[in-house]
Amino acid sequence: MTSIERDRVIISSPAPTYEIEIEAPSPRMIMRRRALTHPGFLFGATVVLATVIIALCAPLLTPYDPYAQDLSQRLIPPVWAAKGSWAHLLGTDAMGRDYLTRLMYGARISLTIGFGAAALAGIIGTSLGLIGGYFGGWVDSVVMYCVNVKLALPGILVALSLIEVFGGSVFSVTLILGVLFWDRFIVVTRSVTQQTRVADYVTAAEAVGASRFRIILGEVLPNVLNHIIVIASLEMAVAILVEAALSFLGLGIRPPTPSWGLMISEGRNFMFFQPYLVAVPGIAILVLVVAINMLGDGIRDITAPEGRN
Amino acid sequence: MSRFLIHRALIALLVAITVSIIGFTLLRLSGDLASALAGDTATQEQIAQTAHLYGLDRPLSIQYFDWVWKALHGDLGRSLFTNEPVTYLIGQRIGVTAQLSVMALTFALLIAIPLGVVAATRPNSWIDRFSLGLAVLGQGMPNFWFGLILIIVFGVSLRWLPISGTDHFSNFIMPTITLGTSVMPAIMRLTRTGMLDALDSDYIRTARAKGLSTRSVLFKHALRNAILPVVSLTAVSLGFLLGGSVIVESVFALNGIGFLAFQSILRTDFPVVQSIVVFVSFCYILLTLVSDMINAYLDPRIRLG
Amino acid sequence: MSQRQEVLQVEGLSVAIDTPGGTLRAVSDVDLHVGRGETLCIVGESGCGKTITSLGIMGLLPRRARLSVKRLELEGRDLARLSGKERAALRGDRMAMIFQDPMTSLNPVYTIGNQMEEIYVRHGKGNQKQARERAEYLLHKVGISAATSRLGQYPHQLSGGLRQRAMVAMTLMCDPTLIIADEPTTALDVTIQAQILHLLDDLQRELHMALILITHDLGVVARMADRVVVMYAGQVVETGTAEEIFAAPRHPYTRGLLDCIPIPGKTRPGAPLGSIPGIVPSLLGPLESCQFRNRCPQAFADCAKAPVPLRETSPGRADRCLLPLGAPAQPRRASEALGAAE
Repeated sequence: MTSIERDRVIISSPAPTYEIEIEAPSPRMIMRRRALTHPGFLFGATVVLATVIIALCAPLLTPYDPYAQDLSQRLIPPVWAAKGSWAHLLGTDAMGRDYLTRLMYGARISLTIGFGAAALAGIIGTSLGLIGGYFGGWVDSVVMYCVNVKLALPGILVALSLIEVFGGSVFSVTLILGVLFWDRFIVVTRSVTQQTRVADYVTAAEAVGASRFRIILGEVLPNVLNHIIVIASLEMAVAILVEAALSFLGLGIRPPTPSWGLMISEGRNFMFFQPYLVAVPGIAILVLVVAINMLGDGIRDITAPEGRN
Repeated sequence: MSRFLIHRALIALLVAITVSIIGFTLLRLSGDLASALAGDTATQEQIAQTAHLYGLDRPLSIQYFDWVWKALHGDLGRSLFTNEPVTYLIGQRIGVTAQLSVMALTFALLIAIPLGVVAATRPNSWIDRFSLGLAVLGQGMPNFWFGLILIIVFGVSLRWLPISGTDHFSNFIMPTITLGTSVMPAIMRLTRTGMLDALDSDYIRTARAKGLSTRSVLFKHALRNAILPVVSLTAVSLGFLLGGSVIVESVFALNGIGFLAFQSILRTDFPVVQSIVVFVSFCYILLTLVSDMINAYLDPRIRLG
Repeated sequence: MSQRQEVLQVEGLSVAIDTPGGTLRAVSDVDLHVGRGETLCIVGESGCGKTITSLGIMGLLPRRARLSVKRLELEGRDLARLSGKERAALRGDRMAMIFQDPMTSLNPVYTIGNQMEEIYVRHGKGNQKQARERAEYLLHKVGISAATSRLGQYPHQLSGGLRQRAMVAMTLMCDPTLIIADEPTTALDVTIQAQILHLLDDLQRELHMALILITHDLGVVARMADRVVVMYAGQVVETGTAEEIFAAPRHPYTRGLLDCIPIPGKTRPGAPLGSIPGIVPSLLGPLESCQFRNRCPQAFADCAKAPVPLRETSPGRADRCLLPLGAPAQPRRASEALGAAE
């Protein structure tokens, strides 16, 4: 249609003229075609989208309140077990709260923290990477020094300490995780910036007198964007896993908020007789994280420049 | 090469100093460590007494240099909780963590490298897809949860393995598997990618043109090149395992430094926490230096400039 | 059979590559032969199939490529029926190959000596010590001074010219009867190019191996070739001795190539050099017509109707054209060509 460019090549003298038409699809069409046939991307995108919808529409999808305790309904197993019932599809926990409902509301926690931490880390990391990669010299050395310091620190222990100090609300956990995951952003952004910087079109922009700020935003950043999106998705997955671990240890989201990690921790006491309390939230984390990873990998494959076999 | 290594060592020293400062300040960020220690019901006077008792009323920089000076002489202070020397506490538990980390890494390598090599030699085969699937699963699974599942299946239902304690080797099997699966995927993927790149290269084409056996092409020529970044990743992973073992140690009730750090954070036992954070960081820095040295040795382009 | 001992006989070699877009006719029905002490040059532009042909002969095709051949014999031995292992036993021993870029073609983590000696030992020619002696001898022979210390050096420590000399020495370790050199001088400086070609020439004079030289540079052809095979779009379009090709090219493509370069004595000073307009046709799908017709100054209707066969006019001289240049009497018609094929 209109997005396909047709090139015409005219062969001239001494032979009689021939016209050869070459069809070259535009980059966006290539990407769309790849996206629709990439199984990992499709799976990842579907699951993530479904999770977001469930998280947003949770009040509409379930009649229960995730915080409402009903001790007469404690520890009912899921519907497929012997004593299960259709009233509680995934059973209830030790406080009689509907598990499926807690799972749905827990999705909100995971998605919020995951996305928030990744976004914050992305902003910090990309800025530092752009600056270090573009200016080079001692500025770059400082940036790399920051990365090395960050890498040397044991992330989990630092996160635990900071949460102990600043408390375990969704906001503080997001902030703390965001401040701990920017190293991969820096490394990739810096290297792409270094490569782009010596590209001819950047030199041209500099020659015309464009300000540095404008060059960084206008020329370098668009190139880096693809990589950032991929890394952001991967870091989001990591953030969700770390939040679950911290909540599991008790130094993350505090009860009664339904964080999936916290649900596993609460179910631990009963796990020998009611393993579903531990299995179900874990599977939820697994599926979401795998989906996000596959989405990220898929985006990387789709936006990769031509020339990859 | 020695100039390269000296340069690296100097940077490492700078990073180490910075890390020690950060480790030192971590728990003090709450603003008033003394009142946290004294408790909610303490009076102003009791708080002041607590502050003086632990030297918290001195300027921060003095406290830092005092701590560093003592640390350089082997004195890391005493635990506020048990009053035992921190060096003793760490020494008591480092064995467990080190053993767990090394076992986990070995487990990961034994699976990751062969799988990565085979997957690269048969791209798009079932084993390639299987290994990638395994990597995806390993990277997506919360490892504390995996540990619990292993306990449910092997410790309780099948009763094959003990659930907690550290006296026996079999106590380490499930923790090793749990911790190993968290680092295995990255190593496997790196090996696979490295092998794919190597096998695609011109020098492998030359090796085949010389009529060398498949084994020679794969192991002598390709793997030797592909393994270089994997060595770095392995060293770095070991450092990561030392710092990240806290979760697995909690799940399996192993008495390692990770679990000690966790308990100490909860108790605001700052001498222990700052020492462990700095100790683990130093191990990491040392491991990256070692990996740089190994890299320089293995790659003649670095070794001989 | 032929009077002179043919080292390599190739008949009907085709290579098809499966791609998502269809099957690619990388090489179609190539015939060639080389004898002892003879240099055959395969000429053509990038992508014409000359490298794939050589990889097919060596048995080094990538996984996705499928080789089919009527006859493939090295020193009378049928290569087509051999298993992978048997083929590998011949590679490096009876037939050897030199590649274009010596920097990437050598393994960066092993010494030159190591990479040379392993060929000798692998093919059972001797032990490590003997291999080392032979390596040193050969390095000296290709003009590398201080051979002993060079053996212990790594590829990145040698200059481009030295690396390519070392590669030449490497192919000689087991004294092969056939050496295929794929654009051995393209990655080198012009002065070094001349040295390497001179070296190959001298070595051939002394050792009498058959040499197949793949190149896109007609200057190299003029310098080195006894016989020439011109390839285009995966097919052989013309064969002949070097004199015949340069003095009286038959195929319009060959003519076009010659027009592109200045030839001392022939090209008038100040005259513009020619060029061949257009691009190589797609290699997807079956062969249906002359592949050169949309760039050919003398193409006519019949060129599009059917594939053109390779017509041998005299022993060793053939062309694939319905209107060969300088040919006597009437032009061949496609129908006549079809009739001959039946």
